[in-house]
Amino acid sequence: MVEAAGIPTLTMTSALDITRAVKPPRAVFVNFPLGHQTGKPDDRGLQRAILRDALGAFESIDAPGTIVELPYQWDTTDNSWEERDYRPGFMARQPSREEADRIEAERRARFAAG
Amino acid sequence: MPIAYIPRTRELYSSYEPYRWMVNESVPWTPLRRPLAQSRLAMMSSGGILYRDQPRFHREDASYRRIPKSARRDELSVWHFGYPTADASRDPNCVFPLERLREFERERIIGELCDPALSFMGGIYSARKVRDELAPQIAAELKAAHAEAFLLVPA
Repeated sequence: MVEAAGIPTLTMTSALDITRAVKPPRAVFVNFPLGHQTGKPDDRGLQRAILRDALGAFESIDAPGTIVELPYQWDTTDNSWEERDYRPGFMARQPSREEADRIEAERRARFAAG
Repeated sequence: MPIAYIPRTRELYSSYEPYRWMVNESVPWTPLRRPLAQSRLAMMSSGGILYRDQPRFHREDASYRRIPKSARRDELSVWHFGYPTADASRDPNCVFPLERLREFERERIIGELCDPALSFMGGIYSARKVRDELAPQIAAELKAAHAEAFLLVPA
């Protein structure tokens, strides 16, 4: 819909099989765990490198549906996260409704006050 | 080996009817008109980013939030049930690289970063909701911001 409106798009992804099914116009794959598509926390250098490479693909991809795979590795010595991630139990325990409501109320109060 | 997310989703949601993934045969295409260094770039993340006291998301929520381009890290929070959010909560740039894109704007790697950036919570099971409710609003936001290129960051 956005491309149809005349705006070129690029999507990052860590889910190669889903992206192959959906076929976005331009995609950049980074094999990192969910929640880290543009890098690790507080690692500005890595975040910049991934993002620069991704934006480079914006200019280099010239065939619709191309997926560029970047060579970044989450852990160069241990791939065991690939076995653990996105399997039953991989998420931390979800807060109860009461806990979630309390966290939400605190957040809103913090900013409403300041 | 990259994770095969489609079979693992079936495993995670084994008590539900199998999810029918969106499979597209054709690919839309609009060329980039000018180099990125001269283009207005918009950014959206499906990581469930919230600005200050914006209301949180809920399951099956196809709404989105407008995040001011100038937002500081301590003004952002994350609400998402579908991925471990601890790292993104500590540093939203893991899924919402606003600070990095502001740097790229200053360094003229991109022409200009559109204001606002956008975020929604990607745990929406209904492809129809995304297509019919969310996508048209996002397209309208991008047109209003005169975006010339659009970066999507999932979570």
